[in-house]
Amino acid sequence: MKKITDFELIEKEDFGNAVMLRLRSPEPLPDIDPGQFAQVQVNDSPATYLRRPISIHDVDFDRREISLLIQKVGEGTRHLAALECGSTVNMVYPLGHGYSAPDAKERVLLVGGGVGIAPLYYLAKRMSQLGMKPALLLCGKTKADLPRLEEYQKVGDVFVTTEDGSCGEKGITTAHSLWKEQQVDRICVCGPKRMMHAVADIAKERGIECEVSLENLMACGLGACLCCVEDTVDGNVCVCKEGPVFNIRRLKW
Amino acid sequence: MVNLTIDLGRGLVLRNPVMTASGTFGYGEEYTDFVDLSQLGGIIVKGTTLHPREGNPYPRMAETPSGMLNCVGLQNKGVQYFIDTIYPRIKGFDTNVLLNLSGSCLEDYVRGAEMVDVLDKIPAIELNVSCPNVKQGGMAFGVTTTGISQVVSEVRMVYHKHLMVKLSPNVTNIAEIALAAEASGADSVSLINTLMGMAIDAERRKPRLSVITGGLSGACVKPVALRMVWQVAKAVKIPVVGLGGISNATDAVEFMLAGASAIEIGTANFIDPAVSMKVAEGMKAYCERHGFQKVTDLIGALDC
Repeated sequence: MKKITDFELIEKEDFGNAVMLRLRSPEPLPDIDPGQFAQVQVNDSPATYLRRPISIHDVDFDRREISLLIQKVGEGTRHLAALECGSTVNMVYPLGHGYSAPDAKERVLLVGGGVGIAPLYYLAKRMSQLGMKPALLLCGKTKADLPRLEEYQKVGDVFVTTEDGSCGEKGITTAHSLWKEQQVDRICVCGPKRMMHAVADIAKERGIECEVSLENLMACGLGACLCCVEDTVDGNVCVCKEGPVFNIRRLKW
Repeated sequence: MVNLTIDLGRGLVLRNPVMTASGTFGYGEEYTDFVDLSQLGGIIVKGTTLHPREGNPYPRMAETPSGMLNCVGLQNKGVQYFIDTIYPRIKGFDTNVLLNLSGSCLEDYVRGAEMVDVLDKIPAIELNVSCPNVKQGGMAFGVTTTGISQVVSEVRMVYHKHLMVKLSPNVTNIAEIALAAEASGADSVSLINTLMGMAIDAERRKPRLSVITGGLSGACVKPVALRMVWQVAKAVKIPVVGLGGISNATDAVEFMLAGASAIEIGTANFIDPAVSMKVAEGMKAYCERHGFQKVTDLIGALDC
């Protein structure tokens, strides 16, 4: 069930280009799947009329908390990053379809680029709770693009690439040595479109199941306005409702 | 106790003046987690054409100061799909379900209206002669008095229930267009559809919308919409349904004072999915606070 809730900002951690907000709900949380997102209202920002779709980074059902890892890209996200603890943040959530639940026998690789690493934490955490240990390939231009690496290391085997070599192997996502060394059955990707295309090409070549998370510009987040469509093998479909996570077989990639 | 009932004529009676605007509320199903539909006067479902349409390519949306542009282009699966697949799912809703009907030629409007006429639980159509995002037809009918007379009178001949005609603001004299719709048999007019606009990404020197221009909606259009509702309400005798940037109950009351008999909530549904219900409650509270026994007392009650 989707909800509209006033959360309280209880903790904020700033990483320079990104910020993590930990938000507490006054009521119990509904089921939330990894890869789903929230439509976050931005108050007191005249240039930000619409909500901002933000992927869910972490969930603590016992404490009724949701964490968002937000890249400061524009006026709306900078406004969210500037909020003080104690502020109210209104969210419509959980929205869309997340990543498919992997089979316990599958070898799963999660690939994140930049702030695209955000939803993969919750995905890896859920998998680790099921006794799985996914491999995580986290990629950025520089080390500063990859906050909370130590948290990711608790929920999976972490591999890193940075374009400037400041952390992990130097180079782009698809140049990492693990592509030569590791056998995987399923890849879950979130990041810049060009990177996701490159990973999808590898998956197609090797016949590996692959899901990617799209971030088309959206208005309603509920499948009503039909603004965020992706041209798929089934025609134009709403990324907010049928995605944001799609199997690449359904896309015209 | 305030009487909120609005009778728009020819069998279309609303529990209260609040409806949701076409294209902003899907088929109602998308909002049932947030809104008790039985608390609304009606919902107007997504613009539907006789034949399926894929709509325009992505990107279809650009945020603007206090508003947004869209160029969805009437993506829908056609009237027959609506009848076979969607109508059975939504006909049980405890509110008026109106279909927004669009077309790219006269025959499509007429055939579509004929097909919808027999659906028991659709008490009205909102004839969309004002979509700015479709190449042939659409808005072409809605911007001249001869165009609107032609399409409304032809549809009137085959459609026996309440015929609401949605007007375009992209005209020189909207009252003339409304009068032509009235003379051709419209039971009511709704206005305004979106204003033609454009957004540019200066860094990339590219338009932000795939088809360059789109329709502007949201809070920023409210003063224009209010002015047009006021002009049209003075000119016609049929009920006027006001929309354009309504975000709260006060906005809704303003449209009623300007002469609207009912209102529609559009883009605000994207910002607060529960807003329609709040507006209905707020209008009731306004009437109580000002001692109005019935909401119809607000219609055209502007003191000027």
